[in-house]
Amino acid sequence: MIPAIELDRLERRYGERRALAGVTLTLEEGRTLAVLGANGAGKTTLLRVLAGLLRPHSGHARVLGAELPAERWKLPAQVGYLGHAPLLYRELTGRENLRYHARLHGVGRERVSELLGAVGMEGRADDPVRDLSAGMVQRLAAARAVLHDPALLLLDEPRANLDPAGAELLEPLVGRASGRTRVLVTHDIEGGLAEADVVLGLKGGRQVAAGDVDAAEARALYQ
Amino acid sequence: MIRTAATILRKDLRIELRVRESVPAMTLFTVTVYVLFHFGLDRDSLDGELASGVLWVTLLLASVIGVSRLYAAEREQGGVDGLLLAPIDRTALFLAKAGALLLFLVAVEIVAVPAFGLLLLGPGLGGALPELVVILALGNVGVAAVGALVGALAAETRARELTAPLLLLPLLVPLLISCAQATEPLLRPDQGPEDLGRWLGLLTLYDVVFVLLSVAVFDYLLED
Repeated sequence: MIPAIELDRLERRYGERRALAGVTLTLEEGRTLAVLGANGAGKTTLLRVLAGLLRPHSGHARVLGAELPAERWKLPAQVGYLGHAPLLYRELTGRENLRYHARLHGVGRERVSELLGAVGMEGRADDPVRDLSAGMVQRLAAARAVLHDPALLLLDEPRANLDPAGAELLEPLVGRASGRTRVLVTHDIEGGLAEADVVLGLKGGRQVAAGDVDAAEARALYQ
Repeated sequence: MIRTAATILRKDLRIELRVRESVPAMTLFTVTVYVLFHFGLDRDSLDGELASGVLWVTLLLASVIGVSRLYAAEREQGGVDGLLLAPIDRTALFLAKAGALLLFLVAVEIVAVPAFGLLLLGPGLGGALPELVVILALGNVGVAAVGALVGALAAETRARELTAPLLLLPLLVPLLISCAQATEPLLRPDQGPEDLGRWLGLLTLYDVVFVLLSVAVFDYLLED
């Protein structure tokens, strides 16, 4: 198997504070990595480094064959990012938002229609995003993240605000069924462990668990 | 890159048409300042240097409002991340923002210049309008280039509402001098395009320098 992500003693600081300190792991293509840890553990920072949005300050990081930060220009075409912010403009409709992102990615309009149907938003696609519920916005954000059919998905609480029906709709796009390599940040310990092939536990930016992690070890990350 | 810039520009114009935020605020500010000058100076009409100075200082101060809000949607709704996550040349963002600010300024001037003529101008613009349009166009390009650069810089700071004018206005001083000097002969009772070529040349040089400078450094502003 080819590694999709290789990290070796990865470090990222905000001023003097080390948000990530010596993270080392390998994730093979098509596998799911669950990142667990309490608030402020460095989970979102890790996702942003992997997306090329933040520079690593030391250590080695290679994502889908691209060395970071030197080759991070290679990442946007291959990475889908679903973070806390939906990256949608409130004054535009869902369809306008997706068409805007589709143009930036060089993707055709038919893909937008296909995804609006897939996330069950065809009926509300022409409403401004500001008028939609948080769950609907999350569905649109998921559609945005997979518009360009990325090989790697970086997901920060992808089921936030979703009802069971919404979560089921997103499963083929961002779930295990998508068949993509995934990095999944979640506070849902049982759900995360069930989905993961590899688990990374972070505490204060430090890697305290990796590989096979059981539920008791995972819960200890939050204490 | 031009196609990407056009996509971002279309999105910005669509948002502005829906929220009607920057252009109405800039226009209202400009007309209000002309009304204040009309009463504050206690004169029926202005001409020459004073008229030219009032026209341009007011327009440049109005541009501060536009610059402060230029990146609001990107900052508040994660648009910059959206752009960084797309396989595009970042210069497209600069071109789009400069284009948006340029169009906002044109929209403001369509109302502000007649209002200025009505409230403050003695001799009237008469046959000098074509020359004034050329000066306005060159001035707008300079303000748009500097504004798009400064707006991006200010958007990354905590006190962005303070940073934008503090950075923008000093950079606009050469442009103000050129625009005001080029306009002054047009607003005299014995109006004529005196020294116009020299000032237009200076304005063009300012525009070229700041467009090139902005394109060169814009990429670095988006680095974390």
